[in-house]
Parts: sequence; structure tokens; C-alpha cells
Amino acid sequence: MSALLDIEDLEVMFGGRSAAVRGASFQVEKGETHCLVGESGCGKSVTALSIMNLLARGGRRSAKRMSFAGTDLLSLSDREMARLRGNRISMIFQEPMTSLNPAFTIGSQMAEVLTRHKGGSRTAALERAVELMGRVGITAPEMRLGQFPHQLSGGLRQRVMIAMALMCDPELLVADEPTTALDVTVQAQILRLLATLKRELGLAILLITHDLGIVARVADRVSVMYAGEVVERAPTAELFRSPQHPYTRGLLSCVPVPGRVQRDRPLGSIPGVVPAIGPGFAGCAFRSRCSHADASCEREIPRREAAGAHDYLCRLAPQFSEPQPA
Amino acid sequence: MLLLIARRLGLGLLVALTVMTLAFMLTRLSGDLAISIAGPSATQADVEIIRKAYGLDRPLYVQFFSWVGRAMVGDFGQSYFFKDSVSNLIAKRLPITLTLGLVGLSLALIISIPLGILAAVRENTWLDRGVTMFTMVGQAIPSFWLALILMIVLGLNLGILPISGTGTWQHFVMPGIVLAFTAIPALTRLTRSGMIEAMASDYIRTARAKGLSRARIIFKHALRNAAIPVVSIAAVQLGFMLGGSIVIETVFALHGVGYLGWESIAKNDFPVVQAVVLVLAAIYIGLTLLSDILNALLDPRLRTG
Repeated sequence: MSALLDIEDLEVMFGGRSAAVRGASFQVEKGETHCLVGESGCGKSVTALSIMNLLARGGRRSAKRMSFAGTDLLSLSDREMARLRGNRISMIFQEPMTSLNPAFTIGSQMAEVLTRHKGGSRTAALERAVELMGRVGITAPEMRLGQFPHQLSGGLRQRVMIAMALMCDPELLVADEPTTALDVTVQAQILRLLATLKRELGLAILLITHDLGIVARVADRVSVMYAGEVVERAPTAELFRSPQHPYTRGLLSCVPVPGRVQRDRPLGSIPGVVPAIGPGFAGCAFRSRCSHADASCEREIPRREAAGAHDYLCRLAPQFSEPQPA
Repeated sequence: MLLLIARRLGLGLLVALTVMTLAFMLTRLSGDLAISIAGPSATQADVEIIRKAYGLDRPLYVQFFSWVGRAMVGDFGQSYFFKDSVSNLIAKRLPITLTLGLVGLSLALIISIPLGILAAVRENTWLDRGVTMFTMVGQAIPSFWLALILMIVLGLNLGILPISGTGTWQHFVMPGIVLAFTAIPALTRLTRSGMIEAMASDYIRTARAKGLSRARIIFKHALRNAAIPVVSIAAVQLGFMLGGSIVIETVFALHGVGYLGWESIAKNDFPVVQAVVLVLAAIYIGLTLLSDILNALLDPRLRTG
């Protein structure tokens, strides 16, 4: 069976000069939570926006394959894509404070999604809104219908965004750092909510995050992005157990994991920053920050298989050992 | 909401009172009114009689309070020149000025809002640049010059519109266009920048992610937010238009309030001058109040504040 969302060799260019995404490939299966993880500027959000065809002006996407439930997204017209958005693919964003229109009530903003895609009366749409707000844990949902965004807290607004995204029973929810702007307790609530929704509604979630703690908690599978490429793909447990790409290893060494940190050794860090990649760049983008780099890293890098459903983009053989610091 | 209106209303009354005081003081500062009313050939005795007849011999504060007291009930006294009560004069002239102002503002909004939206959604194209150029040229053209050009082209050469007077609705077309031009550049640029800002906002990204149609995104979600500053400025612009219509009323010989004010200043008809200033100020205050209320209706965040 083919994946719900199948992306192969996605490239996104801005103004024809800088490549934000360079040949990213990953699949999201029906009903799974798939995490796209990486540091700022690695192309996670751009990838998400290009799936939705919501790239800012000047952004161009191309791919070998970009299909959703068997539909080729690249061949859809703007109008056809709009029919899919909010309907079969929904998206929520990092900025709950500004993502709702300040001039309209919560009820009207939620209802218009349903009336737009499924028709029906406004009253029916408002009823659905109340039902979904209850479902995502918003207290007194009837009262919220007439409220404006500025009367709600950040956590509540993000719940409204989630409820709004669910109005049409989508198959896929793209969540771009949905908890980054929220405080830790609210963050935990939202993550629990997403996990519940996935379980109860069979919703597939493409979750974009830079937080490995979130990945460990909610992801079924992970794609690690670096400088516009997916450098490693694996089931979550497998990735945390035996990371293969030096970048993934670096990322994992930056977070304290119980049982892995040693008292006398400091937490790791990856020196340097993500380099700007110009056109015509070849080889491994991580080589400037990698302790294993040699001349062969400037050539085309093969994708290596580490185990079933676990592959990575590096010249090194699986299970290579880290040089032990003296 | 009611509290907001009450507060703005109180503020408006204070402004009106200030304007009354200023209008009263400034007309007194222009010299001895009895002498100027009496004219150059009058004797000292004539001046004294006039001073008594018009009540100008009373102390200033008595004159002021008696004027304010009577103005409150709509009695602005007699005109010295027109042999008619001031309230009658204004009642006759005001509809002309209001018609002109409303025609001007309507034309301005009908032209500048679509133009601003068009320029915003086609940002950085030749169309956008054309609109920007048009607003710059519009800003630079003096209204009397435009009035004369229109009179020559539309009135004399083509003969499709009357040049002066107030007989029919056609008489208001040319002055309306000229008046509209004083507001179009500012309103167009404001609409354009408001729309550009709105279209780049997170909530428009959300609206697109919801799969809404382009028309709904532009005309509902973006325009509603971009309209907020446009409404405030439009109300103030209408105030400017009514005040600024003095030039246009003179050029097109429209006998409106502006023209009346100009005539009475020239004739030292100070009860009329005072009343004209007060009426224009009252309209201005009313417009500001109206724009505050409209803004509160458009922007829910202002309603509680």
C-alpha cells in the first residue's frame, strides 16, 4: 500500500538563488505521527509550506513525486489545491497569538471552514465547532463562539486552531512547531491532545519540531533534516537507539537522556552553524561541521540502509564507532 | 461600547467649547467691530449708536456668555450684511456644502479603495507602480488648477457639464471630482499599505491554509483589517473637505457654507463668521466621533478599551 503522503526529491528555491530544500524525501503513512526534526533554517517549515502550496511569493517547488492519497499535488491548480486545504489536509502554525483573524469571532472563523468545503448551514457548522472545541478540551465552547481571539490565551488559541483544522475530518494534519510558543505545561497538554486525536480519529500528523523531547514522546517515525536534505529516516525507537548520521548523533548528544549522560562528561554541542548552500553544491552539507569528514565527503553521498526502514545519507558504514576523546 | 461613546461625546463637547471661545476671541481681535460695521464715512456718534445697538458696549464676558447661551439653542443672532438670521443663512447653505462633501467623499472611496486593493494584490508590478505614480501626481496637483482644467475640458470644450451654480445634480459632478482628488492619494496609499500588511500576516496564511477562496481572503479577511485606518482617515478627510471646500465653492460659485464664511470674513460680518466656524467644528467633531464608533465596530479589540 502506498503512503498517505509521499514526497520524493523535493526542491524549493527562493528567487532562483538559494535552495531552501534540496532533494528531501520522506513518506507519511496513514494514521502515523511523523516528525520532521532539525535545527532552525534546515528547511522544515519550508517543506511543510510547500506541501500546502503556501510558499511565500518567490518560492518555487519541484519534486520527483509529491502525492497525497494517490493525488499528484504538483499537478493541481491553485483552485483544486484550495479545495484540499483545510478539508483533507489541515495545517496549524507556530504562532497561535497571530494566526487567528483579530476582526472575526472564533465561531465565524471555525464555521467558514466547514461551509466552504462541505456546504451546509452556518448553524450546523457552529454546532460542529462547539463539538470539536469540546473535543480539544476547550471549556464552555458555546461561549467561545462569540468571543474574539484577543479574549483567549495562547494555549486556548492553539486549541482553537487545532479544532478548526479538524472541522472537515482531514486525513493529514501538518503541525509546524505547534507548541514552540507555548509554556511547558500547555505544551504537554497540546502534545497529549495531538496523540489522543491521532489515536481516536486515525489522523496522520506531520509534526515539525526542533525539540527531540517532543519527538521521543509522540513520533512513530522521524526524518532528520539538515541544510534542506533528509539526512536520516528511522522509526523513533530505532533512531534513538542507534543513530547513524553524524548530525543525528550530534543532535542527540546535545540533549540529556537519562542513562546516557555521564556526570564527568559535558553535554555535547555541534560546532558552527548551518552553512548557506548555493547552487551547484555537491557532497555532504554537514562536512564542514563533521569530525569524520574527509575528501570523499565532497562527492555524491549514497543513501545507506542501516536496518529495515532506517536509512541515512553518509559515506560511513552503519554502526561506525565514534572516536573516543582522550 | 456605550462607555466609549459617552467618553468621546464628552471630549467632543469640550472641543466645541474651546472652538467657541477661540472663534469669539479671534473675531474681537480683528479690531473695533463697531467702527468696521459703521464704515469709513461714519461719525463718532454713529459708531456709538451702532455699538449700543449691537450690544458691543457690554463687557466682553457678558457678550461671550450671551452668545454661547443663545448659540446653545440654535440662535446665532442677525447677520449684519445679509439682513437675515444667521441660523437661516446657514440652514440654506449647509445642504450645498454637505452634498458636495458627500459626493466628494463617495467618489474618493469608490476610486481609492479598489485602486489600493488592486495595487496591493499586484504589489511590485507595473500596475502597482502606476497606481503609486498616480497618487503622487494627484497629491501634487493643486485643486484650483484641476478645477480650471476640468472647467475648460468638460465644460467649455466638450460642453457636457455645467461650469458653475447649483441648479441640478450635474452641477455637483465637477466640484465633487475636484474635492475627491484632495483625498484620493492619501486614501489609496493607506488602503494599499494596509492591504499589503494584512496579506503578509499570519491570519491570512491561516485563511489560505483553510482553503478559502481568493476573493474571500482578500475581501473578507484582509480588507476588514486594512479598512480600520482607512475609516479613521476618511472621516478626517471629509472634515478637511468641508473646510477646504472654500476654494472649490468659490471657483465653481457654489453658495455653500465655505463660500458664506469667505464672504462674511470679507464683510466683517462677525456673527456669521463665528457661526460658520462653530458649525464646521461641530461637523468635524461629529465625524471624529463617527469614525471612533465605526472603528470600534470594525476592531473588536477597541470595544472593551
